[in-house]
Amino acid sequence: MTTADQVNRLESGGRIHREKPLSFTFDGKKMIGYEGDTLASALLANGVSVVARSFKYSRPRGIVGHGAEEPNAIIQLGEGNATVPNLRATQVELYEGLQATAVSGWPNVEFDLMGLIGIFGRLMPPGFYYKTFMRPQRLWMTYEHIIRKAAGLGKAPTEADPDSYDKLNQHCDVLVVGAGPAGLAAALTAARTGARVIIADEQQGFGGSLLASVLSINAQPAAGWVADTIDELKSFDSVQLLPRSTVFGYYDHNFLAILERRSDHVGLTAITGSRQRLHRVRAKQVVLATGAIERPLVFAHNDVPGVMLASSVSTYIQRYAVIPGRTLLLSTTNDGAYQTAIDWHQAGRHVAAIVDSRPQVNGPLIETAKQLGIHVISGHAVIEALGKKRVTGAIIAPINSTGAALTGTPKTLSCDLIASSGGWSPAIHLSSHTGAKPYWDDKKIAFLPGNSRQQEQSAGSANGCWTLQGCLQEGIEVGAAAAQKAGFSPAVDQPVDFHCNEPLQQSPHALFLVPHPKSTSRAPSQFVDLQLDVTAAAIELAAREGYESVEHAKRYTAMGFGTDQGKLGNINGIAILANALGQTISETGTTMFRPAYTPTTFGAIAGRDIGALFDPERYTAMHRWHQEHGATWENVGQWKRPWYFPQQSEHMHEAVNRECLAVRNSVGILDASTLGKIDIQGPDAAEFITRIYTNSYLKLAIGKCRYGVMLKEDGMIFDDGVTACLAENHYLMFTTTGGAAGVLAWLELWQQTEWPDLQVYFTSVTDHWATATVTGPNARKVIAKVCDDIDLSNDNFAFMDWRDGTVAEIKARLFRISFTGELSYEVNVPAHYGRFIWEKLLEAGKEFDITPYGTETMHVLRAEKGFIIVGQDTDGSVTPHDMNMSWVIAKNKTFSFLGKRSLERSDSLRDQRKQLVGLKTREPQQVLPEGAQIVNDQNQLLPMAMQGHVTSSYYSANLGHSIALAVVKGGLNRLGETVYCPLADGRILAAEIVSSVFYDPEGARQHV
Amino acid sequence: MSTKKNPYSAFSLLKNALSYHENWQRAWRNPTPKTDYDIIIVGGGGHGLATAYYLATVHGITNVAVLEKGYLGGGNTARNTTIIRSNYLWDEAAQLYELSLKLWEGLTQELNFNVMFSQRGVLNLGHNLQDMRDIERRVNANRLNGIDGEVLSPADIKHIAPLLNVSPDARYPVLGASWQPRGGTARHDAVAWGYARAADALGVDLIQQTEVTGLRRQKGAIVGVETTHGFIGANKVGCVTAGNSGVMAAMAGLKLPIESRPLQALVSEPLRPCLDTVVMSNAVHGYISQSDKGDLVIGAGVDGYNGYGQRGSFHVIEHTLQAICELFPAFSRVRMNRQWGGIVDTCPDACPIISKTSVDGLYFNCGWGTGGFKATPGSGFVFADTLAHGRPHPLAEPFAIDRFYSGALIDEHGAAGVAH
Amino acid sequence: MLHIYCPHCQQHREEDEFSYSGEAHIQRPSNPEILTDKDWGDYLFFRKNPRGLHHEMWYHAAGCRRYFNATRDTVSYEIMETYPVGTRPQIAPLPTIGDDAT
Repeated sequence: MTTADQVNRLESGGRIHREKPLSFTFDGKKMIGYEGDTLASALLANGVSVVARSFKYSRPRGIVGHGAEEPNAIIQLGEGNATVPNLRATQVELYEGLQATAVSGWPNVEFDLMGLIGIFGRLMPPGFYYKTFMRPQRLWMTYEHIIRKAAGLGKAPTEADPDSYDKLNQHCDVLVVGAGPAGLAAALTAARTGARVIIADEQQGFGGSLLASVLSINAQPAAGWVADTIDELKSFDSVQLLPRSTVFGYYDHNFLAILERRSDHVGLTAITGSRQRLHRVRAKQVVLATGAIERPLVFAHNDVPGVMLASSVSTYIQRYAVIPGRTLLLSTTNDGAYQTAIDWHQAGRHVAAIVDSRPQVNGPLIETAKQLGIHVISGHAVIEALGKKRVTGAIIAPINSTGAALTGTPKTLSCDLIASSGGWSPAIHLSSHTGAKPYWDDKKIAFLPGNSRQQEQSAGSANGCWTLQGCLQEGIEVGAAAAQKAGFSPAVDQPVDFHCNEPLQQSPHALFLVPHPKSTSRAPSQFVDLQLDVTAAAIELAAREGYESVEHAKRYTAMGFGTDQGKLGNINGIAILANALGQTISETGTTMFRPAYTPTTFGAIAGRDIGALFDPERYTAMHRWHQEHGATWENVGQWKRPWYFPQQSEHMHEAVNRECLAVRNSVGILDASTLGKIDIQGPDAAEFITRIYTNSYLKLAIGKCRYGVMLKEDGMIFDDGVTACLAENHYLMFTTTGGAAGVLAWLELWQQTEWPDLQVYFTSVTDHWATATVTGPNARKVIAKVCDDIDLSNDNFAFMDWRDGTVAEIKARLFRISFTGELSYEVNVPAHYGRFIWEKLLEAGKEFDITPYGTETMHVLRAEKGFIIVGQDTDGSVTPHDMNMSWVIAKNKTFSFLGKRSLERSDSLRDQRKQLVGLKTREPQQVLPEGAQIVNDQNQLLPMAMQGHVTSSYYSANLGHSIALAVVKGGLNRLGETVYCPLADGRILAAEIVSSVFYDPEGARQHV
Repeated sequence: MSTKKNPYSAFSLLKNALSYHENWQRAWRNPTPKTDYDIIIVGGGGHGLATAYYLATVHGITNVAVLEKGYLGGGNTARNTTIIRSNYLWDEAAQLYELSLKLWEGLTQELNFNVMFSQRGVLNLGHNLQDMRDIERRVNANRLNGIDGEVLSPADIKHIAPLLNVSPDARYPVLGASWQPRGGTARHDAVAWGYARAADALGVDLIQQTEVTGLRRQKGAIVGVETTHGFIGANKVGCVTAGNSGVMAAMAGLKLPIESRPLQALVSEPLRPCLDTVVMSNAVHGYISQSDKGDLVIGAGVDGYNGYGQRGSFHVIEHTLQAICELFPAFSRVRMNRQWGGIVDTCPDACPIISKTSVDGLYFNCGWGTGGFKATPGSGFVFADTLAHGRPHPLAEPFAIDRFYSGALIDEHGAAGVAH
Repeated sequence: MLHIYCPHCQQHREEDEFSYSGEAHIQRPSNPEILTDKDWGDYLFFRKNPRGLHHEMWYHAAGCRRYFNATRDTVSYEIMETYPVGTRPQIAPLPTIGDDAT
């Protein structure tokens, strides 16, 4: 392994750093390239021909292009947790130690046993899989298993990504996409007006095609002009230059997404900071200077390694000093590609011939070629490539002036590289993302950007401009226009003229599929989409079978579905389809362009919002205490709530039983801080709350609380909670933990849109307060120890009262509301005293063995009392009547509260609605599974007539048996009946329908 | 079935290979519209084509036209993520989707077109205690309705989807899942093409590039449709136009309880097989499967606003991929190849409308929202029956439009909580 | 991602600060009790859902927390105007004049 192994490296030239050799491996073989190389240029320098096996036929494939259009050179980079599948070798910058492997071929791309499949190629026309593998039915999963094994390119990593990804939100006046001649000219022009400019280019260096150009601009080499322009752009503070940054999507309202690769050029993972970052840009104006992609000619066996794009051959020579063969044959339809033969010749290697499809050729480039002694054959085209793993020659034949038929005898020329050019296709992808409909231009032989749907304009070859001077000029014009539209006046000293030494060119020839002596269906494969092995015959067959819409043909043949998304082949395919249907290309139209322009890392799109930051975690003020005391956690919305507090080796049920008994027998303490709290004020507050809840608050006295149920307009329960009257025109509404945000939005909706005449104001105060619920027969004694300024007697501080006072020297508000059915005080203090008050209450409760409990015990205790939990016992399809809570609906309210009318709809009044009841299992210790379905007749056949389901179910340590809440059809009239729960494990549990209140049905305990 | 004249088989492939594939017949004709038909189906997507097919096979009604403004199967049929399952909560929905699933199970053979129905199973993950209660409830209901389903533990899940992160340390750890082994995916285009080819063979006219621009009525009854290619008569018109249903309804002076929303999806580059089932998560909010070609096929919920643009907002894609990277941390370095959007017709109760209307002879089959693909065969089957007999098929009865007046909604938001 | 002008904040802000609240100018019936099930159902569920210009409500949830209306093209997604609740649109004016605009 030495630098000398680079058999195709020219001795001088190129924008590579020969003083910095880099070693890398491809399929385990060690090679050397230089800094400045792409993996593709380094592979070509090392004489590598075969880089892949094709998807369907396992044919050997080589590098075709030099950028985003490359369909073949798809590699797996690195290994382990940082491996990256499916990178294009043409876009991978070489770094020391780079490891690449081919993604296809078994055992390897050079010697591939799967290639045997190719023999059966004729049995696999497009859509063959729709036509077979149908019988027997049961074997499809087996067939599919085998088909899937052959599918896919690279391998996904199997471990978590070691890298991180950032996002930047940016605004600018002008975003210029592409830093070729048009983009640079546009950016410079806009920058000089003072506009904030971002210019992004997917390549490591700015300059685009100019980096491989032999032309000069205003008498200096093009690369010099590029350097000067970059220097000037860098001199503006208002300009941001983003190399290695692909604008991959153009979204509504001029929002564009850019992927910047920060570290991929130096290694597999980032050494510091993020690997890639996503720029989310809102641009006032956008200039699309995305360039054009050369279109190959479609001829027989045009997939043999050694068939390349003409411009790519030139790029490898000029930019990378790599000459990917010994003898070149050029097949072209235009003057521009002659430069490739000239470059080749000047690099000192042999040009077999230039084969030009046009009958007559003349012009400066042709003359130059001829003067160099290059054999120019006009009126001909390459009709077939020879060779298997490498081109060994080409068959050429005379072709008529329309390109539709051959007119004479083919002959064979020997060569090891065929460069082809069928003209250029503007990269109109981003323009099309906006919804602009591209249109076909017969003269330019290209789809051009359609009418703008956004604040954008295309410039340069992206807009169908084929001359350097034209591109520069257009860049200036479009850049100036964009700046102006963004509100910036033109700078006074704008240069206006460019002089480029480019030769005049004659009209190109519109040629897509080169005819073959055999018909397309019988000719050797003429590939249109190399990555997916779609041939011209396949497209003709699709048309023959009636898949006539371009989308049908695309989908039937899979053309353009590869990772290159048809950048190379689609226009040829559309032309072939048009021809087969006897239509124009314009009538045929294009397929849809969709983001991403090039594939974009999931992790970069996800950014930092994964793992711990996937969703914020909300903690109460007592969170640390819970942590320190071994709480297990339940996620409730974003909140972390203690689920239960196991002691020593307690199992969950042991801990919960202990907690439950403690509350009913002495006293427990719950962190209830997560309940939503909305402060409601204003002269119409009571009226407003009364419209929102099913019951009335008009007469709720100061110092009093009331429980309410909130309905959506469809009459279904949506939230519940207690509201307290704090002062005249001042209320505090408690909501469920999960419902808090939705309820606030709901209140604001009605106040702002329907009842703006009501003077009422809402403030979320959920996070302002910490709440400790002290509950149990000894609750008063505990509170009394830390509070001496409230008369705690039942007469003066009764159930459903609240009082302000001082608890452990902290100003506190106490509510006598109860979700356990026991004597309860909910102690509210400003949140930052939360832990302090929690510990004071624990200290005060010590003599009563005060027991902290979590959500599970809370659920059990409330279920013993038959209190519902919205979202558990309700599911958006139940009314208060269904929940046996008709008492909460005020009958005589003047205003028709939200949802009231829906309670009168025929379905709401129907008999046999599911109603909340209790269930008592026949075996008292048996706990019904929550979610168990209920049937009347356990012996019926499937499908069984289901009567309802178990919504809540627990073992009640206080009662010594299991309890369950359920909704059952007509359940309130069925108390005492037996129902059955057939379970997945085959057991059928019997239970009796009982009242949903299991404990203290008179409700005496909370009133003591 | 006259596709039998030119049936597809391994033998036909071999025979045609010998003649260089030059003799394959058209999959369907390109007919000139007649002046009138017994029944016109507006909308040549999967549901419309299936309706036409069952009208012809089950009911013997072949004087039928399917009018399609673009190309067959070019709307949501071409844009969905192909998930098939029947594990819906409520009896009405479960029975309809189960009918569909049963039809899927024989569809390839029935249509003589391989729709590649792959029963690789569907996992619906639970991430909190209420998720698990809902999963238990749904699986129990499914089983008693005769639909396959199991509740799986994280360890079971890891076995089925090894790259899924079931660590208890995740922000919303996987606590379990429902598992429907008979669920899976199918090749979306093939469904439309298979129905189209079979319906065409029975004499149904499939008329593409023909947009309905008006619904002609006389005395409160439909008499035909105005199209971009002139008037076509019919006394029964079935609208199966998904996202465009509101537009069709407006032509008849009707409103529907439907909002048309963008629904986005995306695919990765093709990868070697790494996910052998369908994974869906409501709480983390995303779903994923791997196509036979190797692409990871990914989606999440609808965009927030009404939209007919077949595109949505980028932040929805960001949230979706956050969910996927959260569920599958190993996929973070995988790359998005392509994203797109469809227009879905969402109903307030996340269930379809299969219904007569106040206009005699005008029927709608719409409101499938984010879950229409899986229902394609069943939807076509019951709608064909409804059109043929002029009264709802028994399974379609609960899905009449009247439910939005009576209040008898079938709330499937839980089962349909993540778009699919 | 839409770029939405909040008429209250008087700023263009990103879509993820807002939430969509459906068709605008639907007034709650003043006396629901006298409505038929059909009329009530129409109010509850049935929407114009136009392909084209749409008057719709948005809520600046992560901003000023105020609702406002927008006239937006549901095909191009272009927002023609935003205007406070209680005022009427300038673009594609509402057919009937005189009801309370909500």
